[in-house]
Amino acid sequence: MIRAAQAMVKCLEKEGVKVVFGYPGAAICPFYDEIYASGIHHVLVRHEANAGHAASGYARMTNSPAVCIATSGPGATNLLTAIATAYADSVPLICITGQVSTDQIGCDVFQEVDITGAAEPFVKYSYLVKEASDLPRIMKEAFHLAGTGRKGPVLIDVPVDVQNTMIDFEYPDEIRMRTYKPTVKGNPLQISRIREACINAEKPLICAGGGVFLSDACSELRAFVEKANIPVVSTMMGLSIFPTDHRLYLGMLGSHGVKSANHAVRDCDTLIMIGARVGDRAILSPSFLAENKQIIHIDIDPAEIGKNIPVDIPLVGDCRSILTELAQGDYPENAHSAWIDEVMQSKGIRPKRDDAEGFIDPKAFIRMVSDRLPDNTVCVADVGQNQIWCCNNFAFRSGSRFLTTGGMGTMGYSVPCAVGAKMADPSREVLAVCGDGSFQMQMMELATIVQENIPVKIIVMKNTKLGMVRELQSKGYGDRQIAVDIGTYPDLVMLAQSYGIKAERVSDMSEAEEKIERLVSSDEAFLLECSVYERETTL
Amino acid sequence: MKHTISVLVENHAGVLSRVSGLFARRGFNIDSLAVGVTGDPAVSRITIVADGDEHTAQQIEKQLNKLVDTIKVKVLGADELLARELQMIKVNAAPAQRSEILTICEIMGAKVIDMTPTTMTVEISDSAVQLQRMHDLLEGYGIKEIVRTGTIAIQKGSVTIR
Repeated sequence: MIRAAQAMVKCLEKEGVKVVFGYPGAAICPFYDEIYASGIHHVLVRHEANAGHAASGYARMTNSPAVCIATSGPGATNLLTAIATAYADSVPLICITGQVSTDQIGCDVFQEVDITGAAEPFVKYSYLVKEASDLPRIMKEAFHLAGTGRKGPVLIDVPVDVQNTMIDFEYPDEIRMRTYKPTVKGNPLQISRIREACINAEKPLICAGGGVFLSDACSELRAFVEKANIPVVSTMMGLSIFPTDHRLYLGMLGSHGVKSANHAVRDCDTLIMIGARVGDRAILSPSFLAENKQIIHIDIDPAEIGKNIPVDIPLVGDCRSILTELAQGDYPENAHSAWIDEVMQSKGIRPKRDDAEGFIDPKAFIRMVSDRLPDNTVCVADVGQNQIWCCNNFAFRSGSRFLTTGGMGTMGYSVPCAVGAKMADPSREVLAVCGDGSFQMQMMELATIVQENIPVKIIVMKNTKLGMVRELQSKGYGDRQIAVDIGTYPDLVMLAQSYGIKAERVSDMSEAEEKIERLVSSDEAFLLECSVYERETTL
Repeated sequence: MKHTISVLVENHAGVLSRVSGLFARRGFNIDSLAVGVTGDPAVSRITIVADGDEHTAQQIEKQLNKLVDTIKVKVLGADELLARELQMIKVNAAPAQRSEILTICEIMGAKVIDMTPTTMTVEISDSAVQLQRMHDLLEGYGIKEIVRTGTIAIQKGSVTIR
């Protein structure tokens, strides 16, 4: 017999877990004591939410569930934002929380909170473990649930006495869940209907979303798109599936997207959404859109189909399996060429910008940085203007990867996510881009970067404002600016240096090339503070 | 439009709160909800009466199916179901009024289940319409207390949900 806490660690090892992200506390001590004795590498973050965001970065790079850990009470509630963020973007996480002793549950004892109850609206599933002997089955199920179907976070709340109970350990080989059987293979009839629709449409358009990454179907999508010769727009979560300069790729759609993409959405006669959930930021008035065009929706989650937009041809299944089959069809060569010429005309046209002295042009700067970085760079954008500057200006090339929180828009995501992404694949350059607002929600993670010696690169677009809200107030509230001025402090160069992280400031485009060179060529972590004009526009 | 939905779920802790939480956060309106164990003790059956248009009903069905604990969801058409609620009414009943109330009970198919010198308690199991009628019939005597369950429903004929 072994301690249940040890069984939990053994389960992680059986699932191939090498790295976990967490923050300890009294109610999770038995589990930590067993991590101590294992070969699993524990990364100590500086706030529990960042354990979740780092695990998110790790999970998105490995495309399998990653583990984050917190203690009971405030540790667990701090994790909530990260769980909700992962849920909105369908990121597979295993969230393990300590809980007070079973005989004390419900007594409002120290650091007690009903975390399974609190997290219920935004977990794929959750467990409050009452019987230690259930743990191996629960861990097995949790990894299966998190990493299959529509992926998402699964929470396992383990009371401290349960962790200390002795059990017979045997990791189950099989999952026995009669209620959970996600559809993988697409209905053949619907697949042939979609093939025909693609051929018969005069102006077809594909909208690729984050589901394409989740089902690891990027090359399958490209094969299908190139064969059927259909132009493509991307949601924010679908950015970097296609290289920016691909002959059929138009850019990001939506309220913060580019004109070429939005015009194509407006003018197409057949819209094929793949692994995209018709979020309001992508498609503002779906019912209006559906009036005059054929809508095809491919998604693994049946509940997404028909939720926000009426659909003519629905297809439930895994993108990869479906796209493989779609690509096998016979499509006429050079189809839709007049349509492609039409939509490609406006690609790459950028709004004009006035130069502001003493500041960099953040859009041009992002383009320069992306041109200088290796092809397979991972770019993590935070939330706010910096996010949109990245989305529309980072030149994604074949092999690159873009990460951001598209669904929740969680400030403070980029640096911890970059830490997780870099740990998942140390061979790739990982760049986090954030604003001075979002940076101050995550700057404690500089300590994690130093402690773990993780050479991520950080660009902070410092405009001394909460820029996106400032813009909303300017445009929609008569420029009555309130609660958006965050001051010129702290000096981020000094701040980074106080952690022992190399840092520099750039405040003029004439210095940009040299500073970018130093950022890119550094083999250690590097922070670049960029001075940005406070009225710089998002688009 | 009212929709009667039968849901078979795993019978373990937390399932009911997952189902009711789903209705709350998606903005679906529940008129009534009744839950009980089925012939298989590992399975519970939840009967929900919800209000909404056709699109809402479809969404409710899909979202319920998405819950990991859900075994089966069936939206029952109005003309294919038998629906019942149980109601208990404690009504003022002086000795002179007892026989009148007994007659009402007999005609309505209700049963007297308790009695004191001044009150009678009657139970009736029927459709929501009949329950309302029973309430109206007794109202004149002075209703002291009413308890009502949610609707439970089963399909007509030999078809089953399992």
